Amino acid sequence: MNIKLKIWRQKNQNSKGHFEEYSMTGIEEHMSFLEVLDLLNEQLFAEGKEPVAFDSDCREGICGQCGVVINGQAHGPIRSTTCQLHMRHLAEDPSFKDGSTITIEPWRSTGFPVLKDLIVDRSALDRIVQAGGYISVNTGAAPEAHSVPVQKDKADAAFEAAACIGCGACVAACPNASAMLFTGAKISHLGLLPQGQPERLARVVNMLNQHDAEGFGGCTNIGECAAVCPKSVPLEVITRLNRDLGHALWKGQKTTA
Amino acid sequence: MTELIDGLYLQGEKIADTKAPHDVPIAQRWEQRKFNANLVNPANRRKLDVIVVGSGLAGGAAAASLGEQGYNVKCFFYQDSARRAHSIAAQGGINAAKNYRNDGDSVYRLFYDTVKGGDYRAREDNVYRLAEVSANIIDQCVAQGVPFAREYGGLLDNRSFGGVQVSRTFYARGQTGQQLLIGAYQALERQVHAGTVKEYRRHEMVELIVVDGRARGIVTRDMVTGKIDTHLADAVVLCTGGYGNVFFLSTNAMGCNATAIWRAYRKGAYFANPCYTQIHPTCIPQSGDFQSKLTLMSESLRNDGRIWVPKRAEDCDKDPREIPEEDRDYYLERIYPAFGNLVPRDIASRQAKNMCDEGRGVGPAIKERDAQGNERMMRRGVYLDFSEAIGRLGRDAVSARYGNLFEMYQRITGDDPYEVPMRIYPAVHYTMGGLWVDYDLESNIPGLYVAGEANFSDHGANRLGASALMQGLADGYFVLPDTMNDYLADMLREGKVDPDAPEIAEARRSVEDRVERLMALRGTRSVDDFHMALGRIMWEYCGMERRDEGLREAIGQIRALKEEFWRDARITGEAMELNQALEKAGRLLDFFELAELMCIDALHRRESCGGHFRAESQTPEGEALRHDDEFLYVAAWEWGGENQPPILHKEDLIYKDIELKQRSYK
Repeated sequence: MNIKLKIWRQKNQNSKGHFEEYSMTGIEEHMSFLEVLDLLNEQLFAEGKEPVAFDSDCREGICGQCGVVINGQAHGPIRSTTCQLHMRHLAEDPSFKDGSTITIEPWRSTGFPVLKDLIVDRSALDRIVQAGGYISVNTGAAPEAHSVPVQKDKADAAFEAAACIGCGACVAACPNASAMLFTGAKISHLGLLPQGQPERLARVVNMLNQHDAEGFGGCTNIGECAAVCPKSVPLEVITRLNRDLGHALWKGQKTTA
Repeated sequence: MTELIDGLYLQGEKIADTKAPHDVPIAQRWEQRKFNANLVNPANRRKLDVIVVGSGLAGGAAAASLGEQGYNVKCFFYQDSARRAHSIAAQGGINAAKNYRNDGDSVYRLFYDTVKGGDYRAREDNVYRLAEVSANIIDQCVAQGVPFAREYGGLLDNRSFGGVQVSRTFYARGQTGQQLLIGAYQALERQVHAGTVKEYRRHEMVELIVVDGRARGIVTRDMVTGKIDTHLADAVVLCTGGYGNVFFLSTNAMGCNATAIWRAYRKGAYFANPCYTQIHPTCIPQSGDFQSKLTLMSESLRNDGRIWVPKRAEDCDKDPREIPEEDRDYYLERIYPAFGNLVPRDIASRQAKNMCDEGRGVGPAIKERDAQGNERMMRRGVYLDFSEAIGRLGRDAVSARYGNLFEMYQRITGDDPYEVPMRIYPAVHYTMGGLWVDYDLESNIPGLYVAGEANFSDHGANRLGASALMQGLADGYFVLPDTMNDYLADMLREGKVDPDAPEIAEARRSVEDRVERLMALRGTRSVDDFHMALGRIMWEYCGMERRDEGLREAIGQIRALKEEFWRDARITGEAMELNQALEKAGRLLDFFELAELMCIDALHRRESCGGHFRAESQTPEGEALRHDDEFLYVAAWEWGGENQPPILHKEDLIYKDIELKQRSYK
């Protein structure tokens, strides 16, 4: 197939960006979306132009490093990471024809400044985790693993939330640029387990404070985040976050240092 | 003293690892070593600086644990977040000798399986310790909230993995690596918050600083701004993973590279067993010319999936569902009745290649290019079939065990594995070779520690499934935090390095020169184009099967390709900005040199062991044939200088607790 790519180009964080269009021929259905970008870069190289910078690493859908907005949707038309999107998935769309234009933009959010072309800075998500997204246990100080049984359905629900890969699609998709799905996923993962109980209320307060300080918006239950999440983190993690927050405020939980 | 052998390398002095206390039985050595090591008192720890390069299971765990102890830690990684290290992609599980299944497991059995699985090319002391601390890892991770699979009684579930006959593998669906890494990452971020660890994201280590024979720091390039900086410390830990990307196509992440360990090698650290490459049997076959990487599927699939090819080559293009049972060759079950589909990785991989070489491969015929660039059409795939398991367990039970893997397979290939058997083929996955370390995980450069896949120590010539995660976490959580104290206690007395030492400026200058030289290239070919060409040479001649003449051919071709690179490559963009072409070029230069060393190592080891299969050395049944009389040693290579042959140091492998046997899984 032949396609046109309309791609956001931006030299660095301080310069203004713009769209540029490129034509490509001979694209095969089994190619992954990022392999098309690789091929475009070879083409640009041959033309003496600078390749498009984009992030990817594992290309197996798990590291969370890749991620762009494709035709207005975070990670593109199917629920997957960008690296696991294949041209066959785009071609399945009835409006997709030979010569169609595909628009590619970086994650859109003030919390994620553009570093170059399609690459953004997502370190804000790490700072939310730093604020309390962990269970405080020192190495070597752990009790025997079987000393704390975990109810299977709780463990499964915790796993579902823990599947978050921190790609940031939820933020990019949210009209409020909220990172509540990301934050709620961590709060749910740890809050569902017996090990996570001692810090549960402090965790939610600390992480949310950091979330807000990073400039992410509030949640108004739009649900775009869960709809695009490549790991199907359920929207109810936000409900759980809110419940824990209410509980924390009622208990007069203060932030901890 | 040294003799030039084969025109390729020099024979150097023998070496030995002397840190494990051999005056006590193997089960007491680690305890004894910990007791003998010097400690640093808590108030003094904050005066000591440690650099950790890499944030995967080994690096993340080490940085977090050293931070908890109170050292000043700086952690560097090339990704945008510590949570993205490639350990995250490990799917299957982590072994531990907990014997929760009451099926006869023990520390000794895990030790035995690992040594045997590695084809008797691993060091007993290290492997025993690995088995010993494996149980602590599970405790640690559960306490961190890692959501391992549970049974209805609330206790942890287990499954079994290739190469063993007990259920000792702990898992979190098909995402065990991710969940363990997130555990280490959370511990690390906790320390960032506590101020003991400082993270340097999107920073690449491009040189090691050695002053007066000790590792004293690193030179980094900030991948966003291009800024080159020096960072000094009292000790340096490299946890930078494997170098499988030397083959271009592999299951490694795009950014995995050998630069950190290669720079250390060029500064004097020995590189051990570079030719030991694990080819993983359950990868999704290559689908076309533009493929950038290969995708692994968890080996746990082999627990319930049956591997087969048609008995007759003419059936290969048929719909597999139409091939009756009697026309299928379940070749692993046929050749290895005791282990069947759960034979170790090296054996499963080589047999898959044999079936395809015989013309019984399945799937679309794809264009293959050999190392000379000649094209041929081959079917590279074998079936991994779940129809029997679906019939026995039901679709829901299969989905509960492997659902996410099936989904991933379908997304990539477009085929539904519930309906049609999966197709798999081996791919480069893990490198058992790495920098030489002693029992303390210290390289031969004092103060330079190496952990996880970046070192060579625990897996011998082949790694058993679910052991990589175990080693990364054992090294990071439990070994380094104890062994490094001993060195750091000395450094407290030694004092800080003089920031004006000429070696520091010289290390930095060499990096700047290299960047300048690369940016000056004005050729016509891209870096990726050269990398692909290198990968083809390596896969053809130093891949699943190696031969004397092929390896010699490869060495010549690698040298020619490297020259061609300097003549005809071009790097786009500028040095002082985010420049992915420049990043790749620097890594490729190191891969060129490493590739040559891998071939020399493979050439000199005229035996087959584990992942290193020399066609000239096989049993009449076609199994790997070791020569313990000649090759019972670790090959530790020393950099001989620019355009000079490397120097081979042998460390004898001494087996006192395990009897050497020809490996058999029949």
